[in-house]
Amino acid sequence: MQTIDTPYGRVDVEPENLTLGELVVTDEGTELEVVGLEPLRFEPAPEEDEDWGE
Amino acid sequence: MSEVAARPRIAVVYDRLRPEERMLFEAFERSGVPFEQVYAPHQAVDFSRFEPSPFDVVMERCLSQTRGLAFSRLYTAAGAQVINRPEVIETCGDKLATNAALAAAGVPAPRTGVAFTAEAVLELCERFGYPVVLKPVVGSWGRMVSKLSDRDAVEAVLEHKEVLGGPQHKVFYVQEFVRKPGRDIRVFVVGDEVIAAIYRSSEHWITNTARGGSASNCPLTDDLVEVASAAARAVGGGVLAVDVIESERGLLVVEVNHTMEFRNSVSTTGVDIPARVVRYAAEHVVPV
Repeated sequence: MQTIDTPYGRVDVEPENLTLGELVVTDEGTELEVVGLEPLRFEPAPEEDEDWGE
Repeated sequence: MSEVAARPRIAVVYDRLRPEERMLFEAFERSGVPFEQVYAPHQAVDFSRFEPSPFDVVMERCLSQTRGLAFSRLYTAAGAQVINRPEVIETCGDKLATNAALAAAGVPAPRTGVAFTAEAVLELCERFGYPVVLKPVVGSWGRMVSKLSDRDAVEAVLEHKEVLGGPQHKVFYVQEFVRKPGRDIRVFVVGDEVIAAIYRSSEHWITNTARGGSASNCPLTDDLVEVASAAARAVGGGVLAVDVIESERGLLVVEVNHTMEFRNSVSTTGVDIPARVVRYAAEHVVPV
């Protein structure tokens, strides 16, 4: 397990087990989306967009 | 002689990794069917170097419907079989198009109409009788769906939509309010097969599980299989979730979803929905 500091708080992750598009939650409660694996990058995850759905 | 591993012939194109995409990936791995994960936000297409699809089959699983339709069109143009095809996504992603397809195929649905001015909407509402349900033509998860009990309420919503909304909010989609027994039915269709169904129950009139409705198993009756199959055929077929309500007039199809969510439905129904979807995709790989 690796602790990573982000501008939105810290996340505890196992980088080798992450998948693009996955959500992780920081210790401050912010949802981040994994948008890059090498190097590892996170972006704040929008909760809902107008065209989201099934 | 060195052996180069062949590229998988099935891809899953996705953006946000929902439980469904994770379940599909796991189902591929369990079944031993090679596949590739294609993260949509990282893709770029240069039309001056447009090449045949490296995949025989592409499963479109984007949370963004706009993005999903774009990828379905791109991979179809590149020669892949896309689940679901762009025409199917266009039809299911637009309630007006869905209703037109259902009506043309004679599939039972709630009394529904579309109008383009406030006056014409009000006329439709008077004809249907109150309460009525006003829905956006494009939208999911019960967003911006309003149950309106009288003419005053309709006028107020129309005024808001006219002032605040873009062009899409000037297409008014109105449906009779069908009194249902505190639940609706979601039916899962994979190709020609109806594989499972759940009841979605809620004390709220919107029973969508994305809005807190609870799921329980629904037996597949002949009537349910018939109406769901007819609805799936009407929109072009594929991997679909057909939403049905029980009414005094029998089963009525409310909508057909083209990127179905099933996270609450596998343990509820005992049917391995992702495995069935994977099998369907594998059946569409072109034999060598």
